[in-house]
Amino acid sequence: MAQKPEKKQPETTGHSWDGIEEYNNPLPRWWLWSFYACIIWAVAYAIAYPAIPLIKGATPGLLGWSTRGEVKADIQKFTDANAEIEAKLSETDITLVSADTELQSYAVNAGAAVFRSNCSQCHGSGAQGAKGYPNLLDNDWLWGGDIEAIAQTVRYGVRSTSDETRYSEMPAFGEFLEKEEIAQVANYALSLSNSEHDAGLASSGAAIFEDNCVSCHKEDGTGDREQGAPNLADAIWLFGGDIESVTQTITSARNAVMPNWGGRLTGAQVKAVSAFVHQLGGGE
Amino acid sequence: MSSSDQKDQLYAAREPVFPRRVSGKFRSLKWWIMGLTLAVYYLTPWLRWDRGPNLPDQAVLVDLAGRRFFFFWIEIWPHEFYFIAGLLIMAGLGLFLFTSALGRVWCGYACPQTVWTDLFILVERWVEGDRNARIRLWNSKWNIRKWRLRFTKWIIWGLIGVATGGAWVFYFTDAPVLLVDLFTLNAHRVAYTTIAVLTLFTVMFGGFAREQVCIYMCPWPRIQAAMVDEETLTVAYRDWRGEPRGKLSKAANPDQLGDCIDCMACVNVCPVGIDIREGQQLECITCALCIDACDDIMDKIGKPRGLIDYLALTDETAERAGGQPKKIWKHVLRPRTILYTTLWSLIGFGLVFALFIRPDIDMSVAPVRNPTFVMLSDGSIRNAYDVRLRNKNGDDRPFRISLTTDVILRIELEGTPDLSVNVPADSTLLQRVYVTAPVGSGADKLDRTGFRLWVEDLISDERTYDDTVFNGSAR
Ligand code: SF4
Ligand code: SF4
Repeated sequence: MAQKPEKKQPETTGHSWDGIEEYNNPLPRWWLWSFYACIIWAVAYAIAYPAIPLIKGATPGLLGWSTRGEVKADIQKFTDANAEIEAKLSETDITLVSADTELQSYAVNAGAAVFRSNCSQCHGSGAQGAKGYPNLLDNDWLWGGDIEAIAQTVRYGVRSTSDETRYSEMPAFGEFLEKEEIAQVANYALSLSNSEHDAGLASSGAAIFEDNCVSCHKEDGTGDREQGAPNLADAIWLFGGDIESVTQTITSARNAVMPNWGGRLTGAQVKAVSAFVHQLGGGE
Repeated sequence: MSSSDQKDQLYAAREPVFPRRVSGKFRSLKWWIMGLTLAVYYLTPWLRWDRGPNLPDQAVLVDLAGRRFFFFWIEIWPHEFYFIAGLLIMAGLGLFLFTSALGRVWCGYACPQTVWTDLFILVERWVEGDRNARIRLWNSKWNIRKWRLRFTKWIIWGLIGVATGGAWVFYFTDAPVLLVDLFTLNAHRVAYTTIAVLTLFTVMFGGFAREQVCIYMCPWPRIQAAMVDEETLTVAYRDWRGEPRGKLSKAANPDQLGDCIDCMACVNVCPVGIDIREGQQLECITCALCIDACDDIMDKIGKPRGLIDYLALTDETAERAGGQPKKIWKHVLRPRTILYTTLWSLIGFGLVFALFIRPDIDMSVAPVRNPTFVMLSDGSIRNAYDVRLRNKNGDDRPFRISLTTDVILRIELEGTPDLSVNVPADSTLLQRVYVTAPVGSGADKLDRTGFRLWVEDLISDERTYDDTVFNGSAR
């Protein structure tokens, strides 16, 4: 361009539509080369990496790379990176974990992951529980809310197949008591927490409660964590705190279960998930 | 096309451009701008600034690991990214402003592509000689001399490239330490890769691609087409004054010729290799070197300067009709440019204002919504909040958290019986905060109750707050 004599008219392709002409502005040749280079790259890529879809999966590619393998390697990388602190967690006594800030923070984060994949199905993703599945955020605990008690529950479960499981069984009182008596004792139970109840029925229920219930639920109805007997004098009802639900509970009993996670999780994982649950707001 | 051998070419080899040396006022201005911009780029990482014991004492630092940006006394945290967004908007508006007033001044004077190309051409000229010598060398066979000159040039280009890539990595970590590490081969792999990639592209773009970056790769020439209007100053040739052109010596009747003596000076200096006399073209980066070249010739033949000049379309029309061009300031000061300037300054003031009112401590509150509330055994209702506390001071600070509200709400912190936590220096702490409405407080049975969460730096007494809500058991 620079050396050429000046040209008055720009070069056109010679095409003309309704008097509109098309300039000829050829692309630089290296542009073409980069295009060819891309094609070569694409072919090489298709040979080296999984590319061509077949009926089952795709061609594996010469390098043997796969997304699955990459994820696996990534997971392995994190596992390796965590190996040291994981080992420390499994060696440390559970009561001492919270004193070590780094360990505690690792345990809580790892525990959250364990919780999400193993516990959230029953206890909810926010650990808020549901009817029959205890809310882990509140300060009411059936079997105790200190870190050791929580770890014990997680490890051996409740009414599980483990020999060391936490175990107790409330009888179905429908077999021993008349309907009338059950109505009375149900109202009495509700009166312990000042819930809505019939005062007349409740007063006649006191004696029945005395005879049948205090051994586990105690005189004042505050329950017994040794036996997993719920506190009846507080505002929290696992199976519902209205008269129908309580009547049903007394009549046919409810004995909820929880698996012994010690059989499935590693020792460190049990500690981690216990540490996580303990710091949700209700830990003692 | 008439003859068959003249087939249309879809692709063509690049026409090499050999810009000739030129001097004049715009060239001088460009030298100054080039010196200044290069100096800013290469030297900024070496400016020192006291940043305490844990951070490099660097005035301008992008701390990727800590996700902080330091600029002298200003420190930008990730949650203050709106500053960057604001600066980008200002940069955009600034480009609009300059383009609508002065056309492609950015391209002509300040774009890194132009600045580095200028530098590379300077080296080229220094090694291989000026335009004619370079053309001769280009056309000559590959003999020892040609190899020697080419190698010298490439090596100097390569060194500039390494320095350019090198300067870039210094922005991200302590420059003096990194320099030593780079030479002792102790620096991080990423640093070497970055330098290598930037070196490659600097040499490729500044040394070989040059004007093709502007013509084929850069989006800005396309955008600027929408930004210029008939009042925009661009570089133009006064053809009504210059034509018919012709060499004075050869002409039979020189009186009938225009002022252009067809000396090709304007074409020979052009870094993109175009002839401005053909009118405004996509390729022209308005570097104004052709103005300098032509003014020089006009001086020599005793004609007034300005055959090639900064002109707007309205000036052209006016001059052809025998009128006068408008004063420069009239082109620059127009409602459109005033509007851009106003917007630009408003955002600028906003950012400066935001910079001054922002506290050294900060928090953000995220109510936990899964679940929205929890009933405790005494029947009271508790909400949880994830509170992120930020301590931008260089030392650890105790932060006290409290709340103000019309109703009775109790506050507790997870993991500690106190209401204060220690936030380490220059970092963020996530603290879970519980707020409980006792039975009968009102808030427990309501749907939502607003309250204000405070955080106070117990050392500086600085405090800040965030308004949030308490969810009661009512649906
Ligand atoms: S066209 Fe693009 S690369 Fe070229 S000078 Fe202008 S902004 Fe820079
Ligand atoms: S035509 Fe003139 S202003 Fe435009 S790029 Fe060439 S020398 Fe620069």
